[in-house]
Amino acid sequence: MPVIQVQSPGMFTTVQDLGRYGYGPLGVSPSGAADSLALRIGNLIVGNRESAAALEMTLMGGTFAFPDGAVVALAGSDFSAPVPMWAALPIEPGGILKLGPTRTGARCYLCVAGGIEVPLFLGSASTHVLTGLGGFGGRALRKGDVLNIGRSKGVPRVIAPGLIEPFATRKILRTTVAPQTAWFSRQSIDRLYGGAYRVTEESNRMGLRLEGAALETPHSGQMTSEGVSLGAIQVPAGGQPIILFVEQQTTGGYPTIANVISADLARVGQLRPRDEVRFELVDAETARALILEQDRLLRALSSA
Amino acid sequence: MSRFQYASDQSLMVYLGDSIDVPTHHRVLKLLRLLEAEPIAGVRNLHPAYNSVLIVFDPVILDHAALERTLTQYLDRLDAVVLPEPRTVEIPVCYGGDYGPDLEELAAMHSMTAERVVEIHSSAAYLAYFVGFVPGFAYLGGLPGVLATPRLPAPRKRVPRGSVAIGGSHTGVYPFETPGGWRLIGKTPLEIFDAASVELSRLRIGDRVRFRPIAEQEFHALECQ
Repeated sequence: MPVIQVQSPGMFTTVQDLGRYGYGPLGVSPSGAADSLALRIGNLIVGNRESAAALEMTLMGGTFAFPDGAVVALAGSDFSAPVPMWAALPIEPGGILKLGPTRTGARCYLCVAGGIEVPLFLGSASTHVLTGLGGFGGRALRKGDVLNIGRSKGVPRVIAPGLIEPFATRKILRTTVAPQTAWFSRQSIDRLYGGAYRVTEESNRMGLRLEGAALETPHSGQMTSEGVSLGAIQVPAGGQPIILFVEQQTTGGYPTIANVISADLARVGQLRPRDEVRFELVDAETARALILEQDRLLRALSSA
Repeated sequence: MSRFQYASDQSLMVYLGDSIDVPTHHRVLKLLRLLEAEPIAGVRNLHPAYNSVLIVFDPVILDHAALERTLTQYLDRLDAVVLPEPRTVEIPVCYGGDYGPDLEELAAMHSMTAERVVEIHSSAAYLAYFVGFVPGFAYLGGLPGVLATPRLPAPRKRVPRGSVAIGGSHTGVYPFETPGGWRLIGKTPLEIFDAASVELSRLRIGDRVRFRPIAEQEFHALECQ
């Protein structure tokens, strides 16, 4: 079986696919790629199914050797890529791909024709780092790790840059209302949508802690714990919002003021510490129209 | 009695009551059983809690209005759902010392001895209201009121795996080394969430749970199994 040898893992590199669904009653969150759009498009480019497992790199890329050769594509942010992004690239046996620091956003995906093969946990290859479940040994990659590449059944695709354009990441996150929106004062709502928030260093795949105008925390942040949605913007005591992300806890006990729309979740995955982000409220119909439009564009790519 | 709430563009919250009590819990459990037995196309995940079930769906194939229509029919049938006899799960616990570093302080807060805390904690029968936060973490209700204790003012960055803890009027077992703000009174040698086992989580929603005090020697014997 062809393999990838990890010569240097980069800052934080994990195996991710589109996540594991259906185990909420056991407290298992879906996990999966932080920028699921980049993963899906990268997989389409190398001829994989959209949900194949790939390597998710964070802020600083790694160095990978391909003793048996491979066809790869880089998708997401440009991690000082020595080759074009968003394009299938044949690597000769013995070839090495060396990536560096990001030039744009937080995550870059290394997709390989055939996908990364790891034992599936509850139907998914995704790594859940906090609990050490799934992925490659339940952890981030280390120097010397050897990963198997699956058998490729598809044919690489060429996708014109113009078709990728609509998926470009921006730093405005559109939101809808959330279960506790009505608990918040008009002033807090105006603050959330009126100013910029900065992503702090204490941000990871579980959640992004933001810093900006403090919001009033209704009932001093106390409430009966309930299920929380991906992209929920929680306001704990102290008033600095947190966006719950792919490795989120499945239930939580802080009031949720808003929720990032599905079509913008991939953008959250490209936010770096110290990035500034703004929020824009949309209604339910708009949120639905935007995800349907994104799905239509993705389908157009897969038939391109 | 039941109420829908828009939660996000891909999720709908169903509230089945307004308080944390057993009748509400049974309604949560019944809705969960119905949704598991007769899955709705497009529903991707269910997150039950004390008085609610969050239903996550694929927004490309399902919308809130259609989901609410289907759920209304399910809710009309709740009373007819027969719940199976709950399982009873026993959790052996080594209390105090390094296993439960907050036991002495918690006892002092309630003006009782550590032995008395152990006696009360291990005599009660608990109910797993739901499993959430991290895989396998059961929110256990039924803690005798005299042991209810506020959470730590600042959560620990790392709670050891297997720690048995009290938070507010609930008790629970940390299945993984995670951050946590509950007070640690003991530790179980059992694997609470075992990815290699068929049942995965030792504790499931609706389980009855008891704690059995064990000595350090038995802790090590069980840990080696």
